[in-house]
Amino acid sequence: MEWQALVLTLRLATLTTAILIVISVPLAAVLVLGRSRWLPLLEAILAMPLVLPPTVLGFFLLVLLGPRTMVGRGITSLLGHPLAFSFSGLVVGSVIYSLPFAVQPLVAGFAGIDTRLIDAARLLGAGNGRVVMTVLLPLARRSALAAAVLSFLHTVGEFGVVLMLGGDIPGATRTLSILLYNQVENFDYAAADHTAIVLVGFSVAALAAIYAGSRRRGGARA
Amino acid sequence: MPAAAAAEAPVLEFALAAHRDGFQLQAECRFASDWTVIFGPSGAGKSTLLRLLAGLELPDRGHIELDGRSLTDTVRRVHAKPGRRSTSLVSQQPALFPHMRADANVGYGIRTLDRTARDQRIAELLELVDAAPLADRRPHQISGGEAQRVALARALAPLPRLLLLDEPFAALDGSATDALLARLQPWLRAQKMQTILVTHDAADAFASGAEVALMREGRVVAVGPASIALEGERNRILSRLASS
Repeated sequence: MEWQALVLTLRLATLTTAILIVISVPLAAVLVLGRSRWLPLLEAILAMPLVLPPTVLGFFLLVLLGPRTMVGRGITSLLGHPLAFSFSGLVVGSVIYSLPFAVQPLVAGFAGIDTRLIDAARLLGAGNGRVVMTVLLPLARRSALAAAVLSFLHTVGEFGVVLMLGGDIPGATRTLSILLYNQVENFDYAAADHTAIVLVGFSVAALAAIYAGSRRRGGARA
Repeated sequence: MPAAAAAEAPVLEFALAAHRDGFQLQAECRFASDWTVIFGPSGAGKSTLLRLLAGLELPDRGHIELDGRSLTDTVRRVHAKPGRRSTSLVSQQPALFPHMRADANVGYGIRTLDRTARDQRIAELLELVDAAPLADRRPHQISGGEAQRVALARALAPLPRLLLLDEPFAALDGSATDALLARLQPWLRAQKMQTILVTHDAADAFASGAEVALMREGRVVAVGPASIALEGERNRILSRLASS
C-alpha cells in the first residue's frame, strides 16, 4: 500500500466533496424553486458529465486549462503554474466530473418536499436562502448525505479524468485508482489486490453509513 | 361569528383576472369591514383568490391594494413578495414545519424581534389559540385540530394587517371552532387586522352575520350582509329541506 496515494486520494475526495456541497445546494435550489425557462438547459449542462466519457471530459479540461487557451494562460499567469498536472487541477476536474452526483440527489430531495411548507416559509417572510437553510436542507438531509457520499466515492474511484488531467505524479496527482492501474500494468497483482480492497472498503463503508443514517431516521422524508 | 365593522380595519381592494388550467377567475371587490366571509361551492375559485391576495401566485391582469398600498399591479409591474405584503394565510392543511417544535413554528416569522419579545409573542399567541401546552411538541406529536391552532398562531405572529383563512377550522368540531373564534375575534379587532374567511359551508356564512362575498365559477357574484348576498342559497337550502 502506498500511503502517499491514499492520503492524496482522501484529500482530493474531501476537498471535492466540500466544494460540491457548497455549489450544489444553491444549484439544486435554483432548479427546484426557479421559474426561468432556461432551467432545463442549466439542468442539461449540469448532467453532461453523466453521459460524457471521463477521458473525453479530462481531455477537454486538459486543453481548456493548458497553455493553448486564454483561460489556461490566464490561470497560469494568476497562479504562477498551470492547473493541468497539479493537485488543484485535479480538484477542478473532480468537481466538474462529480457535479451531477451531488446535484441530482439534492434536486430529488428538494423536489419531494411539500410545496405548502415552502409557501408557508415565504408567507412568513423567508427569502430563498432562508427557505433552503431552514426548510429544504433539514427536510432533505438524507438526500444531502447521499449527495456527499456519492460525490466522495465518485471522486475516490475516478480514473479517466485524473489520468488525462493529472497524469501520474507521486504526491501531486497519483491517486489510488492511478496506483492500481500502475500496479496491474506492472503485473504486481498482490499490491493491486490491496489497493482494490481499500477502494472497495471505502465504497462499502460509505454506503453503509447512508443506509444506517436512513434507518435511524425511520420514516423521515428523503 | 359576530360581525363588527371596525372603522380602523384596513381596506382591501382588488380587481383580478387569472387563468389556471382552463379555469378563469375574474374577481373585483372592496372589503372594508374587519371580518369578511367568502362563500362559494368547491371549485368556485376561493382558494385561488386567496393565493393571489397572499402573493403566492401572479394574476394575468389586475391589481391588489391594501390600505392604499399597491401589493400587486400588473400594469405597473408591482408585485410585493409573500411575506412583504403584511398578509398571512392559513389553509386547511396546517403545513407546520415538521422538524420544528410548535413554538419554533410560531416564531419562524418573527425572528427580527429580540429573544424576549419573540418568546412573549409566541407564548401570547399559543395561549390565544388555546395551544400553550403544545409549545414543546413537534407536529407529528399533535392532532390535526391542534396543528391548525398552531398554524393559526404562526400566521398571527408577524401581526399582519390582512389575515386570510382558507377553511382553517376543518379539523375542529363546531363548539371548538366557536370557542376559538370567541377568543380570536376581539384580539383581531384590537390588532386592527382585516380577516377574510373562506368557507363552502353555508351555515358558517349565515352564522357569521358578517359581510359575505358569494363566489361562483371564478366570479364574485354578490357582496353584502349574509341575508342579502346568500338569499338564493337560503332559498335553495329551504327548498331542499322542504322536499326531503
